[in-house]
Amino acid sequence: MNQLKILKLSKSIIKHIVIYALAFVTLVPFIWMILTSLKDMSEIFVYPPQFFPSEFKFENYKLAFEAAPFGRYYFNSLFVAFTVTLGQLITCSMAAFAFARMQFPGRNILFYLFLGTMMIPYNVTMIPSFLVLYWLGWIDTYYALIVPGLASAFGTFLLRQFFITIPKELEEAAFIDGATKLQVLWKIIVPLAKPALATLAIFTFMGVFNDFIWALIVLNSEDMQTVQLGLAIFRDRYLTQWDLLMAGSVTAVLPILIVFFFAQKYFIQGITLSGLKE
Amino acid sequence: MKNSSTDIKAKKQSRLPWKRKDDTLGAILFLSPTLVIFITFILFPVIFSFYLSFHEWNMFSNEATFVGLENYKRMFDSQEFWSVLKNTAVFTFGTVPLNMIVALLVAMALNKHIKGKKFLRTAFFAPVIISPVAAAVIWRWIYDPNYGLLNYGISFFGIDSINWLNDETAAMFALIIMGVWKTFGINMVLFSAGLQGIPETYYEAADIDGAGKWDKFWKITLPMLAPTTFFIMIMSMISSFQVFDLVYVLTSGGPLGSTKVFVFFVYEYAFKYFEMGYASAAAYILFIVLIALTMLQVRYMKNRVHGAF
Repeated sequence: MNQLKILKLSKSIIKHIVIYALAFVTLVPFIWMILTSLKDMSEIFVYPPQFFPSEFKFENYKLAFEAAPFGRYYFNSLFVAFTVTLGQLITCSMAAFAFARMQFPGRNILFYLFLGTMMIPYNVTMIPSFLVLYWLGWIDTYYALIVPGLASAFGTFLLRQFFITIPKELEEAAFIDGATKLQVLWKIIVPLAKPALATLAIFTFMGVFNDFIWALIVLNSEDMQTVQLGLAIFRDRYLTQWDLLMAGSVTAVLPILIVFFFAQKYFIQGITLSGLKE
Repeated sequence: MKNSSTDIKAKKQSRLPWKRKDDTLGAILFLSPTLVIFITFILFPVIFSFYLSFHEWNMFSNEATFVGLENYKRMFDSQEFWSVLKNTAVFTFGTVPLNMIVALLVAMALNKHIKGKKFLRTAFFAPVIISPVAAAVIWRWIYDPNYGLLNYGISFFGIDSINWLNDETAAMFALIIMGVWKTFGINMVLFSAGLQGIPETYYEAADIDGAGKWDKFWKITLPMLAPTTFFIMIMSMISSFQVFDLVYVLTSGGPLGSTKVFVFFVYEYAFKYFEMGYASAAAYILFIVLIALTMLQVRYMKNRVHGAF
């Protein structure tokens, strides 16, 4: 009996060691990025690699921000990400409400068409979308980054699935009191749908903040660069400045990691609920 | 008499908004922002790129020249197209199975009694949420031939330094490793959800029958996970086929085009050479491949889960 216990315990210990080792390996690139971002160049180009900096050189961050206008990039990225997220929350709630609660001819067909658009790959719409923005004179402006993102089939679908689970009685009471549809959506549905809205907000924010290809296509000028695009350009310009490059990379991942840390639940929910990935 | 009274009742009710049979006007208002964006940036583009794929146009001239199937013909005749297709396929078939195996193993481990599950889940999921650009910058440094961490790591196993990003075979391998690292967290979450859906009683019954761990895995876990597995496989293939950011920053398609993938090809022809027609034709080929994969998925799901939609 005792032997069995020991066997079980040692098995459990081995399991823990293996899984924690794997987690460590997964995190190594992050750890390595942070450590490198704090090293002096003389400690970066050494072999075998030196793991810890002899002195934390926080100055690298200052230098990186001086070498490229990361502050400006940051402003651009955050402004665009916030605007698109807010816009999508509004447009998707409205569309979802129409699909969940309103009667109109062709509702189901339209809903399936909406769902169908999720299957259309980005690459097919990319070229004409660029042309539309070009014709509108919006290339290299915030509009180019924001406007195409102001609606989402994924978001509409996610919210609609949530809205139909909300009991109708609550709304009926409000309608008797003379509320309009918009008031019902805003005052009753939205507060009840907070978890779904949070999931959508986080996914949208992450998608826009991390976007690269669209920014690459529609932006030219230095002033308009987003963090991701700025980092890619920075890399081309300072190919071997690994101290600054790593400081820039830390800067580019930090906001998302912070959001993730506090809202992990919603990330997981978003993925499992929809089975979709952005 | 009775009829008319119910009529009046019905009329009265229809004035109450939630009983009204038809909200067309309201629905149009609520849907209009979304519809405008969709028509402009999805519906029109899908049609217009189909149109463009039969034309030659550099976007600056006023008129596009109709060339029929010339763009498609030119593509099928070009070596570049086939090599890009091959690279995309190698990347997909290299990433997806490895990704799924790692994801399933981790999900199974996390489904057991493990201390610090929350930390572990965060750790495995962290690569998913960071930007592909930053990820590729980090990995470039890890893959550095002279000072990189990876070459240092493999030196303990007696393997000589590999010039990861400048060797044609190694570069694709490097891309695959990074791709798996970057995305297996998503599939881990999906597998976890699938595993939690398997009733505990199945395993208990198997225990009574004296089934071993291996038996339980092959005879309960895997078959019960089949729908999840299939879904994950198709979704992973679809997203692997569209890989771009990682490649752009890690290898820029090199060395010698050995990691140039499909979207890279579309991007170059559209926005570097401004051959909008040719690039649209390429995008449409990709579209057809992805639609085929999606159809496979839809058909399978329909057979599996009746009435889920």
